Amino acid sequence: MSEKQLQEKKLQEKQAPKPKSAPEAKAKRFCTISDVEINRLYTADDIDQSKLAEKLGEPGEPPYTRGIHRDMYRSRGWTMRQFAGMGNARQTNERYHYLLAQKTGGLSVAFDLPTLMGYDSDHANSLGEVGKCGVAIDTLADFEVLFEGIALDGVSTSMTINSPASILFAMYLALAEKQGVAWDKLRGTLQNDILKEYIAQKEWIYPPRPSVRLITDLVEFCVKEAPQWHPISISGYHIREAGSTAAQELAFTLADGFCYTEEAIKRGLDVDSFAPRLSHFFNAHSDFFEEIAKYRAARRIYYKIMKERFGAKSEKSLKLKFHTQTAGCSLTAQQPENNIVRTAIQGLSAVLGGTQSLHTNSMDETLALPSDKAALIALRTQQVIAEETGVTNTVDPLGGSYFIEALTDKIEAEAMAYLDEIEERGGVIECVEEGYFQREISRASSRYQGEVESGERKIVGVNDYVIEETGPSIPVLIIDREVEEEQVKLLQKVRAERDNERIKSALAELQACARGDGNTMYPILDAVRAYASVGEICDALREVWGEYTEPPVI
Amino acid sequence: MAEKDTSNKKIRVLLAKPGLDGHDRGIKVIATALRDAGMEVIYTGLRQTPETIVNAAIEEDVDGIGVSILSGAHMTLFPAILAQLKKQGVDDIVLFGGGIVPNEDKEKLEKAGVKKVFTPGAPIVEIIDFVRNEVGRNRADEKIM
Repeated sequence: MSEKQLQEKKLQEKQAPKPKSAPEAKAKRFCTISDVEINRLYTADDIDQSKLAEKLGEPGEPPYTRGIHRDMYRSRGWTMRQFAGMGNARQTNERYHYLLAQKTGGLSVAFDLPTLMGYDSDHANSLGEVGKCGVAIDTLADFEVLFEGIALDGVSTSMTINSPASILFAMYLALAEKQGVAWDKLRGTLQNDILKEYIAQKEWIYPPRPSVRLITDLVEFCVKEAPQWHPISISGYHIREAGSTAAQELAFTLADGFCYTEEAIKRGLDVDSFAPRLSHFFNAHSDFFEEIAKYRAARRIYYKIMKERFGAKSEKSLKLKFHTQTAGCSLTAQQPENNIVRTAIQGLSAVLGGTQSLHTNSMDETLALPSDKAALIALRTQQVIAEETGVTNTVDPLGGSYFIEALTDKIEAEAMAYLDEIEERGGVIECVEEGYFQREISRASSRYQGEVESGERKIVGVNDYVIEETGPSIPVLIIDREVEEEQVKLLQKVRAERDNERIKSALAELQACARGDGNTMYPILDAVRAYASVGEICDALREVWGEYTEPPVI
Repeated sequence: MAEKDTSNKKIRVLLAKPGLDGHDRGIKVIATALRDAGMEVIYTGLRQTPETIVNAAIEEDVDGIGVSILSGAHMTLFPAILAQLKKQGVDDIVLFGGGIVPNEDKEKLEKAGVKKVFTPGAPIVEIIDFVRNEVGRNRADEKIM
């Protein structure tokens, strides 16, 4: 043993936990991060061999457990889609050009909180928030700058926006008109998933029922006018970030998607006309195998329910497509460089689980928005997985593993039990109104936190392997405070220059439509074309539908 | 302002979410932990203005206000709450908080009068100890007097 190895060994011994006495060691539980107990060993006895072939299928074949494409990453890699947005449209446009030059696969717009909550940059509630956690957008004028030099028919764009989704999508459509790009050429995704906002992220404006109607309007609009666009990204990411288990994330997300599907069918749409454009969005947390099992179980459940309950026939309606983002809540402010390692492992689980696109987090996200350098390392992490590890050579490399198959079955069963319970409680909207999801998540989150606090669950650099740190070890991005002032000036300039009579009548049209049962997308488009602001359009709808307030529950 | 009711020995804390950010996992964990540690906790819910937070703190006769901000608006919202406290002539309520706050800002805020800013990964025991020692101190001082 060399001197260096010896030193390393000594260091390891120093850091290793003290040997436990026999009874203590016996009491140690081996559980996933979601508290699923794991056996010492998995064998052929843990899987029902007679049903295995049927449960797995071939890749690209029902029930799609092994992936939705026959060749998976051999024929087409996943889209490396890095979420970005900060400050004003000009700054974000620069970041997009930078990311496109680094061969990112698609754009992903992060909006600031005033935009997400439907307030203009000069609203009293926007004070201090403008441009802080995403880009500030007030009117079409900002969108023109945001996509300057980017042809909308040459890029796929994802927009993380929920309550005001129709408005931001209308801006994208209006910009396409200006660029001379036909709507049927537009490719991209809106998050547009309000149910998970009530469940987890809490960025809502209106009460649940009119909110779901807005979404159904958008789905219907896309079927007719923008057939390549994904109108909803049914999101479990935020549910997981709020502290749910893997099975809860899976079940609650799928339940939300089934609720939208039901509403669209009630609207008179054929399930096969819109279901092929539904996509999902999951978290990639740190428990490696549990995550892989979750993605595999997701595809299997989705296939079964779309087929049996909704009578979908098109192959595309039966395949669950998903985007993945690594777990922001797993990152630590302590020894932040360690976050690169966490993210790489999480990203790998998403790839082994068959994701269609991936966002890998930057190491500095517990401190601020990503710096250029941190954002680049995050993208490079995916490129290393894709180009160097060899995991893309074969489809579903872990399929048939005793452990993976047993865990996939287990998560599937747990998620199915939740889906049944939601149904028994009267469906998703009832469960939201009654606080069921919030309670279940809160319970899981407290259990996890308790494990961390007691030291039962180790977090490197937080409750073990701690080192004394002085000051920030990595540089962070600071958003200038001038951004807010400039943005307000810009908005006021637009207001002064536009035809305000046209705005007034467009908003009145919208309100009339909202009171009736027309499709709100068309009057929203008219308002946006006239440079009505996000806040003005949301206010018009607030007047009709009111605002949702959640009673504080701990 | 009215004298504090010193007969109640429990530390009272108002936990608040100012601004537009809806990330309430952290503040709920803190609320449960402080309550389990024997304190009285009032949680305001989401999207409160500095004014409503300070008014609630006065009305509830609390020893401290704990604020959670994860949106990056901390350099506006913490000073706005401090200014509100000053405006209302309150000098016996300790302001503390947590969130996604870079070190540089944390130092500035602590200099400006925020008693302590916690960042992700702060152990809960540390937060409980802080509240017990720093926030509860006012109450103890009053009892001695």
